[in-house]
Amino acid sequence: MASIQIENARKSYGAVDVLHGIDLNISDGEFIVLVGPSGCGKSTLLRMIAGLEDITSGAISIAGTVVNELQPKDRDIAMVFQSYALYPHMSVAENMSYALALRKTAKEKISDAISGVAEILGLTALLDRRPKALSGGQRQRVAMGRAIVRKPQAFLFDEPLSNLDARLREQMRTEIRKLHRRLGATSVYVTHDQIEAMTMADRIVAMHDGIIQQVGSPVEIYDRPANIFVASFIGSPAMNFLEGSYEIADATTAGIRLSDGALISVLPVADAKPGQAITLGARPEHISIVADAQSGGLPAKVELIEPMGLSTLVHVTLAGKPIKIFTMDRPDYPVDSFIHIAFDMAKIHVFDTASEKRLPPANAAGILT
Amino acid sequence: MTLTGQTSTRKLLYWGSHYLMIAAFVIFALFPLYWLLKVSVTPNDILYTEGVRLWPSRTSWENYAFVLTQSNFPHYFLNSVIVSGTTALVTTLIAALTGYAFSRFAFRGKVIIVALMLITQMFPLVMLIAPIFKILAPLGLTDSLTGLIIVYTAFNVPFATFLMQSFFDGIPKDLEEAAMIDGNTRFEAFRAIILPLTLPGVAATLGFVFTAAWSELLFALMLVSSESASTFPVGLLSFVSKFSVDFGQMMAAGVLALVPACLFFLLIQRYLVQGLTAGAVKG
Ligand SMILES: Nc1ncnc2c1ncn2[C@@H]1O[C@H](COP(=O)(O)OP(=O)(O)OP(=O)(O)O)[C@@H](O)[C@H]1O
Ligand SMILES: [Mg+2]
Repeated sequence: MASIQIENARKSYGAVDVLHGIDLNISDGEFIVLVGPSGCGKSTLLRMIAGLEDITSGAISIAGTVVNELQPKDRDIAMVFQSYALYPHMSVAENMSYALALRKTAKEKISDAISGVAEILGLTALLDRRPKALSGGQRQRVAMGRAIVRKPQAFLFDEPLSNLDARLREQMRTEIRKLHRRLGATSVYVTHDQIEAMTMADRIVAMHDGIIQQVGSPVEIYDRPANIFVASFIGSPAMNFLEGSYEIADATTAGIRLSDGALISVLPVADAKPGQAITLGARPEHISIVADAQSGGLPAKVELIEPMGLSTLVHVTLAGKPIKIFTMDRPDYPVDSFIHIAFDMAKIHVFDTASEKRLPPANAAGILT
Repeated sequence: MTLTGQTSTRKLLYWGSHYLMIAAFVIFALFPLYWLLKVSVTPNDILYTEGVRLWPSRTSWENYAFVLTQSNFPHYFLNSVIVSGTTALVTTLIAALTGYAFSRFAFRGKVIIVALMLITQMFPLVMLIAPIFKILAPLGLTDSLTGLIIVYTAFNVPFATFLMQSFFDGIPKDLEEAAMIDGNTRFEAFRAIILPLTLPGVAATLGFVFTAAWSELLFALMLVSSESASTFPVGLLSFVSKFSVDFGQMMAAGVLALVPACLFFLLIQRYLVQGLTAGAVKG
């Protein structure tokens, strides 16, 4: 196992810049998830680590050695492709042993390794089959097995679960995590599914347009998103945003004045001046439905009630903007009726509208206690 | 009851007409071959006296015997096998490498090369005979099998390349990338993973080039003057003399000329069956 360092890595295709200076340190044994919308450059970064794509500038090191000029075969990494990329003319066993055979590993060692891995992945009965005689989930396992038998320095995954149905995806998610715990292998996992990112990662790397937006643990990313992009991308149902201007009431309270004149209380932030354009972010679970205006509620019009089993999502409009509210109750408000909603002051995020950056509370520790 | 009766009649009608059409097409396509065979086994003395008949009243192998023992045909035949076989092998090898490069790499001048290769396909061959003769003569390549092989290869490479490229395009790039990560160089991945999956394409290209070279007459006639370097299409013409045409012998030679082509396709037909790549990727 090994650490991976990426220093100011750039990638251009001719005049098109795809990655704009990526810096990332992945420590030994860490499970890193690269997440971001389609086309943000996740696969490109992964393929640069693998050696399948040239590095335009910057450096990538694996286990302390700069690998910029090394061929993929000399980097000792394994990769699981989104398409699985199984060799169709080889049996499952041959697929899994291909890399070991190329390294001139002894026959007995290979068959030991294969039966061990096949055991873990439940492939024992399928070893003689060709890939075309396997289901999608089984092919996915073979692709995993092919990577695992090699005991490489690091695992690279490019959306390995995106071709599976929801239930299988959930199951494989847990299995990959368990495997990681068992093997302790440095892993870089690419996905555009933020639930996969949240559930699997030691650290999430959120990317957008070829730039890293934030690196942090799932909880950090969820609770303290660095900017509007990360806040909106992570979390399902997604965060609600409202635009307004900053007002200061006193030392412990500030407010955001919405376009319709309503005021939402927030914790004071250090870097905002009164009147500054602010985007307020509130997760659906941090908005509650209250009895009336006296309890600090703002009137909002009900648009849709969406039962989700465990919880219910109430869609309303406030100041002309759609807002989603998460509740564990079973509300049955008629559509177009008015309810009152209140924002959890301590949990609201304040973003500078111009820079889209999050403005952290001035002295969060003091106020929260 | 009546309903099932109706559907089964309709089904019968459907399949009946289906087979009828196929049969009509096959008869249409194979009739000239049949005629070739028929004339080749008709003894010379009754060839003109019996009129038009589907099968002669008497058959004999005398034409075949003559062609095989009395004529230069076996020699022409050997020349053709050498020329077509070598052309097919060399062309397919070049086309496989070029087609792979076209399919997988972006490189400077790719568009120009593709355009040039397309342009070579646009000239009528007749136009090119004189310049090619001019080029080959000083090199001592006229009147030689090597010269023919070079010319045939040059003419077949562009189309064969595009053919091979389309087969490589059909194979996911992920496969050789997986192999490269597993420990292959790109060339090893090409040889061990991609080429085995392209065998249908290789077979099709071999077959195409082989038959094209096998039946080529124009260059074979123009570039070669001696008996010793003549190929069989030229040889066929030798049955046409100033005063008569030996149809029986000509047809016998023709039938014999079909044999290697048939053998060749029998050999490669296994690879012409598609579906080797099934299961490589999700889908
Ligand atoms: N060969 C290429 N030439 C030019 N641009 C390319 C090339 N390959 C990729 N790109 C561009 O690079 C950007 C990043 O692509 P990449 O495949 O890394 O995206 P991604 O984040 O993996 O997206 P997805 O989630 O859809 O897989 C895209 O905008 C894409 O158009
Ligand atoms: Mg991708």
